Amino acid sequence: MKSTRSGRPRPAAARNPNLKINELIDSHSELTDTATSKSAVVLMTRIRLARNLASQPFPGWAKEAQKKAIRDQLMQAVAALPQMKRGLALPVETLDDLQKQILVERHLISRELCHSKSGSGVVISKDQSCVVMVNEEDHLRIQVLRAGFQFKKVWATINALDTDLEEHVDYAFSPKLGYLSACPTNLGTGIRASAMMHMPALVISGQMEKVVRAVNQLGMAVRGLFGEGSDASGSIFQISNQTTLGESEESIIKHLHGVLTTIVEQELNAREKLLEADPSKLHDKIGRAYGILQNGHLLNSGEAMNLLSLIRLGIDLGVFGDAQRAVVDRLFIECQPAHVQHAAKGAFEPGQRDILRAERLRSEFAKVPPPDFSPATK
Amino acid sequence: MANSLKCDLCSKPATVHLTQIVNNKIHKVDLCEACAQAKGVTDPSGFSLADLLLKASLNPEPTGDAKCESCGFTQQDFKKSGRFGCPSCYQHFGAILEPMLDTMHKGIAHSGKVPQRALARRSLYEKLTQLETDLDQAIKAERYEDAARYRDEIHQVRQATTGRREES
Repeated sequence: MKSTRSGRPRPAAARNPNLKINELIDSHSELTDTATSKSAVVLMTRIRLARNLASQPFPGWAKEAQKKAIRDQLMQAVAALPQMKRGLALPVETLDDLQKQILVERHLISRELCHSKSGSGVVISKDQSCVVMVNEEDHLRIQVLRAGFQFKKVWATINALDTDLEEHVDYAFSPKLGYLSACPTNLGTGIRASAMMHMPALVISGQMEKVVRAVNQLGMAVRGLFGEGSDASGSIFQISNQTTLGESEESIIKHLHGVLTTIVEQELNAREKLLEADPSKLHDKIGRAYGILQNGHLLNSGEAMNLLSLIRLGIDLGVFGDAQRAVVDRLFIECQPAHVQHAAKGAFEPGQRDILRAERLRSEFAKVPPPDFSPATK
Repeated sequence: MANSLKCDLCSKPATVHLTQIVNNKIHKVDLCEACAQAKGVTDPSGFSLADLLLKASLNPEPTGDAKCESCGFTQQDFKKSGRFGCPSCYQHFGAILEPMLDTMHKGIAHSGKVPQRALARRSLYEKLTQLETDLDQAIKAERYEDAARYRDEIHQVRQATTGRREES
């Protein structure tokens, strides 16, 4: 194995992790501050690549000392990349449970990485659009995410990041099987491309099950907001490719893009049909959501997500101004349990969190002008 | 007839039958009600068929005693975790791997990105190792003209690798 290049100052290596996490939460990020009216259904595009070092045991099989040595080597190599300039490099054991949960809620690390006790780490770029997890299931999980429907841009970014990293580390690669991964489901390209889709109309009209079945039959996976096993509160789903071997990255992305475009059309059609069939029913849902968000005193995260989802639908229909879209997208993340506790500077029981969450939402929605249903009825 | 089908995960009678068509290839998974529930198949928020296929293909596998010579990982370990121990495992477990990949993926051969720079570096490294061996042998055999030539070539290869590192 080649040694990694060193000598360049590494970002924030010596600073207090608490401070670093606070900085990360308070600074503008790709997901919380860049939503545009173009991203009506697709909230986020994400691609990840699984990569491993040649001739080293995979993280799940490596001995503790080997794992740590691999972690140090890789975190240093990743942090030195130009894309990671002024980013954060965090060994997992320096983070407490709440901080890890915050990173999960921001879609920056996986729940699997959270559960890893030692020898793992994560490097996050300044705008939080590029993340590299070290010693998750694979030595490297490179991830790029962007708000909106942006597969071309995301692929270009991650492809360059991967090529730059490859300059400094020797990947496990076989000409026949491609990039070798710990789990054979990721073999070949190691790619998982996914889109986070907001599909309230398909959920309201009871068509989601049909969509899930159709998508599964096309060889793609549907998951809830926070990946495998999570529920789909807020009518938010992640759809991604499942197969990684036997097809090029471009062709996998193209195929997925085609399917997603069809689903976006389905959702938009479903919205139109709901409006045609019974506009009062839909307006009532949106109006009530606004009322509860402005006046509620107890909101759990599931209910908050569902209400925010209706507000976002209202924005797409022109009931609320476009400026509110970024507010809702930020609140989708900030009404999650760890973010609520972080904002209140302490650990709180779920019951107390519901009070804090409602308080936060009341103050946000006091600033949101009342709905105007005239554009939605045409 | 349907009664004769057994759950791919636990061998109880299967009542849930999934079919997925990928590239005109039909993949089928049969599950009992309990496993279907446990794997979230009935959950509208989704499940991963790839994972199911992986587990289903692990289950009926006769117990083999293949072992990875590089890392000591055994076929039993693989059956337990569904993950391999190291990159070399892919060579040592080739026999159980191929049928599994066939059901899991669109093809069994990689098509897509290749780590050009790492491969170029590896081939340079291999060339360097070869030249060093040649040099040793030439010196031992007192073929000094050859030795001088190998030494110059080694020098060139070394410069090529370090030079490329510095420029980036």
